[in-house]
Amino acid sequence: MPICNHNSRLMNRLTSHPILEIKERKTISFSWNGKSLLAYEGEMISSALIANGIYTFGYHYKDKSPQGIFCANSQCAQCTVIANGLPVKSCMTPVQENMVVQSCDGLPKLPEVKNNLKFKPVETIDTEVLIIGGGPSGLSAAIELCKHNVSLILVDDRVELGGKLVLQTHKFFGSIEDCFAGTRGIDIAKILAKKLSDYPSAKVWTNSTVLFVFSDQKIGILRNNEYVLVKSEIILNAAGAREKMLVFPGNTLPGIYGAGAFQTLVNRDLVLPSRRIFIVGGGNVGLIAGYHALQAGITVVGLAEVMPQCGGYKVHLDKLKRLGVPVYTSHTVISANGKERVESVTIAKVNEHFNCIHGTEKTVKCDTILIAVGLDSINEFRKEAEEANMKVYSAGDAEEIAEASSAMFNGKIAGLKIAKELGKYKEDIPGEWSQKAEILKSPPGEVHPYVIPEWETGVGPILHCIQEIPCNPCISVCPLNLIKIENDGLLGIPKFVRKDKCTGCGKCLTICPGLAITLVDYRKDKESPIVSVPYEVQKVHPIKVGEKVSVVDLEGNFLDRLKVLRVRDTKTRTQIIQVKSPKIIAKKIAGIRIQDEEVLRPLSKPIIPKVTKDDVIVCRCERVTAGEIRKWIRKGVTDMNQLKQITRAGMGACGSKTCENLILKIYKEEGYSLKEIMRNTKRPLFIEVPFGTFAKTK
Amino acid sequence: MEKNYDVIIVGAGSIGVQTALSLSQEKFSVLVIDKLTAPGQGQSKKAIGGIRATFSDKAKIHIGLESIEVFSTWEEKYGDDIGWRADGYSYPAYTDKDERTLKDLLKIQKSFGLNIEWVSPEEYVKLVPGINREGLRGSTYSPEDGNASPLLSVNAFYFKSKEFGAEYHFNEEIIGVEKKNGAIVGIKTNRGNYNCKILINAAGADAKKLGQMVEIDIPVHPDCHEAGVTEPVQKFFKTMVVDLRYGPGSSNCYFYQDSEEQVVFCLTPEPPINGTDARSTSVFLPQISRRMIDLFPKLKNIKVRRTWRGLYPETPDGSPIVGKTKIDGFILAVGMCGQGFMLGPGVGKLITRILTNNLSKDDEDTLKSVSLYRDFTGEEKLK
Repeated sequence: MPICNHNSRLMNRLTSHPILEIKERKTISFSWNGKSLLAYEGEMISSALIANGIYTFGYHYKDKSPQGIFCANSQCAQCTVIANGLPVKSCMTPVQENMVVQSCDGLPKLPEVKNNLKFKPVETIDTEVLIIGGGPSGLSAAIELCKHNVSLILVDDRVELGGKLVLQTHKFFGSIEDCFAGTRGIDIAKILAKKLSDYPSAKVWTNSTVLFVFSDQKIGILRNNEYVLVKSEIILNAAGAREKMLVFPGNTLPGIYGAGAFQTLVNRDLVLPSRRIFIVGGGNVGLIAGYHALQAGITVVGLAEVMPQCGGYKVHLDKLKRLGVPVYTSHTVISANGKERVESVTIAKVNEHFNCIHGTEKTVKCDTILIAVGLDSINEFRKEAEEANMKVYSAGDAEEIAEASSAMFNGKIAGLKIAKELGKYKEDIPGEWSQKAEILKSPPGEVHPYVIPEWETGVGPILHCIQEIPCNPCISVCPLNLIKIENDGLLGIPKFVRKDKCTGCGKCLTICPGLAITLVDYRKDKESPIVSVPYEVQKVHPIKVGEKVSVVDLEGNFLDRLKVLRVRDTKTRTQIIQVKSPKIIAKKIAGIRIQDEEVLRPLSKPIIPKVTKDDVIVCRCERVTAGEIRKWIRKGVTDMNQLKQITRAGMGACGSKTCENLILKIYKEEGYSLKEIMRNTKRPLFIEVPFGTFAKTK
Repeated sequence: MEKNYDVIIVGAGSIGVQTALSLSQEKFSVLVIDKLTAPGQGQSKKAIGGIRATFSDKAKIHIGLESIEVFSTWEEKYGDDIGWRADGYSYPAYTDKDERTLKDLLKIQKSFGLNIEWVSPEEYVKLVPGINREGLRGSTYSPEDGNASPLLSVNAFYFKSKEFGAEYHFNEEIIGVEKKNGAIVGIKTNRGNYNCKILINAAGADAKKLGQMVEIDIPVHPDCHEAGVTEPVQKFFKTMVVDLRYGPGSSNCYFYQDSEEQVVFCLTPEPPINGTDARSTSVFLPQISRRMIDLFPKLKNIKVRRTWRGLYPETPDGSPIVGKTKIDGFILAVGMCGQGFMLGPGVGKLITRILTNNLSKDDEDTLKSVSLYRDFTGEEKLK
């Protein structure tokens, strides 16, 4: 069990994880609304609270509704608490020994401050290149620039380099030689960070946030809570992406957030914010977050996708289906239900116009709803730099939303282009680099017919991989070159060739990022072959030799209950489970189901929200409803700045980062084309920062 | 087909919208044209929202008082909340010179009927608890001044003026003025021609350009000021605080807590930064943060949410230019020196009285001191 029982006050902690290492940490005490609690030294207040089972951090000053963690990235202010008398964002403020933390009920009160504060000057630091973001693209660009002796500062708002890589416990796609395919995101982050650390000339500022690129070509940066200015010749925006939100009744309840926030809590802070999670969105982000939840021992009660088919890689989807996650396609979320936090979700089927079909509503019990309905590039730094007439490049998700594998590659390209611009690289950018970058960007392609091979002698892999995606580690890893993709491309479907030669080493099985390879071994018993199945949730659902497991086919359909012959740990942390199978299903077996259908069944009677669609909150910061926005749109307001001025939608802490898309959606619903809409003006600052930081009070 | 209007106003900002409202209430047919996409999208939305009649000049006091009347009664009259708060204005004095200047002005201001008093440091800290008391000599306090949301106000005024029949054309730019026998007869825009007898220049920072179309030199030169707003916190001080002292790179600075409980703040660069560049600079935040914390240490912990930079259409003497010109029908309502928002309603009403021949004695005096043809030698002491 993942739950730590020896100390009930630290109950929502991950104590074991199949992939992540759980280190010993120092325990400290702090108080919450007068009650003494325990936390780990250095963790954020928000995570300490969630670890203690506290999800409601305060009540919004406008409508008194409960608030909790939302963005986990200091963009909004919904996790605000009062720490030692100061209103702070709990997601970015480390908890300290004996800290007095209180909920923020309504508007916070400013503490008294003594007179005669002294100020320090703001330092300006010069560099050739400023890289905003230390994720896959930023790191790759930095390494390339260092190779060409370019001086750089790389800024990242997290403590650890790697961006979203540090949250990715799954193995990556792509190709081994270009982007570490088959290696887990968390390990790629370490490899890239290590490579960069080999160049002492690179200045790496972690825990630092870019606030704005000013017109005098200086970039304001909050560096470890100290304000500094940077003057650079070129900026590379590798700031990644932000998640889109949805509008539905109950969408401001604590327990609703994006996949990034969820992965931060679980995979970085090792806390369990949830026992039962529902996911909205079947793209790669949602599918992967679901897998991460399962690895952390969280029950995934379902995944809804509004399209008839999930948009993410089929291997990711199938992985979830095989573990027993119900996937509801052509479904959308109707409401989040609950008082202080999420207690259940109601979904319904949609017709071809994406309208809900009355009578198809289902309510599933859950405590968390993950919204994973797409990403938007964080492009404001680029725009600011252009306004300031600075040279600026973009890479990774900040340029175009794609997989991390492609981000690494186009980061490399951006690095080389900048080196060339600075005159430190003279040649042309290798043409094949751009081609590769394009291939790695490819969305999931055609699904080929699933053909069960006919061979029934010896041993060999069954490749349950039938969709064209840019991925080939199985080919690279086979010591005898027995797996091939037609024309040696990256996008094709891998095929097992020369069946007589396979030794059954299992390397392909443990490297496959999709866990889509099994081994069937007829050598001992032709009638009851041994099937080896990859398994990665061993820590939370351990399988023992001798027990019976439910084996399922490619898409999770039940095949049989079979006895486990052997459980093998491997270096890749992917376990191999071996079962003896009747010949007839042996090649169909693709995985093991762990979630019991009974637990996932919707309630017998759905909960239908009583509010209309106009009552729903669109701007979370200022609590502006869809109805209010619609009213002004109908009065002819087509300038979003004017709409903001009247309704305050977008005036809050996050600066319309969450609601802008939602408002545009309402414009579309009202029959406007987006060309007719004047967009919001974006202004400093990227995040809210106290006066004292700019004045550099001692 | 050309359309006929009694009045065309160029500029749908604080002045243009109010003038349109006031004129349409008097049954004038009014067209407002603006090159931007919506009302108040130029400098109007950059205003911080202070509203006062505490000036050093009689004309501005006159316009200011009439404006306050409009702001303070708007909600009661029309029902829209425009964020009006009668929180007052204060000018704390920390130097002998400032104390003397303010006390001298006080006498004049009182003689013009302003409700303004000198308060002791003890009384002042009750208004602004936690303000730096070191060297504080007291402050002026004018409780009937206040503040409102420029964002809500311009929209409330705009929609109201439309109810009275004012028409607006956005995304439309004036490209020529038609005259006949020295009088205005119409205008030409990038989208069409319109007939009118009265053309009102309410073009804010672009006022000079429109003057050039009729060969009238309007001495309006924009300079820029940066401003910002914090997160909302529990009310912790009441009244606008105007710090008149000079600091490194700045003259005065001012701030207040608005109806949303956010602190809105602004700084006057010294020397002034002339021109129309409205992009944010890296200089502003460190500069104003020091000043504000030094004056009011409690501000140290409040988070800055957003900043912006706006233009002040300045005139040589710090007073607006309002009234008729040598061209019959060409009327000016320009050069508000950063006070267009707070003076807008008064200016709108004054212009309406010009056009309806309803000027009072005070109006006539006011118009003399805001005339284009004055000598511009005076100086507003409380810019």
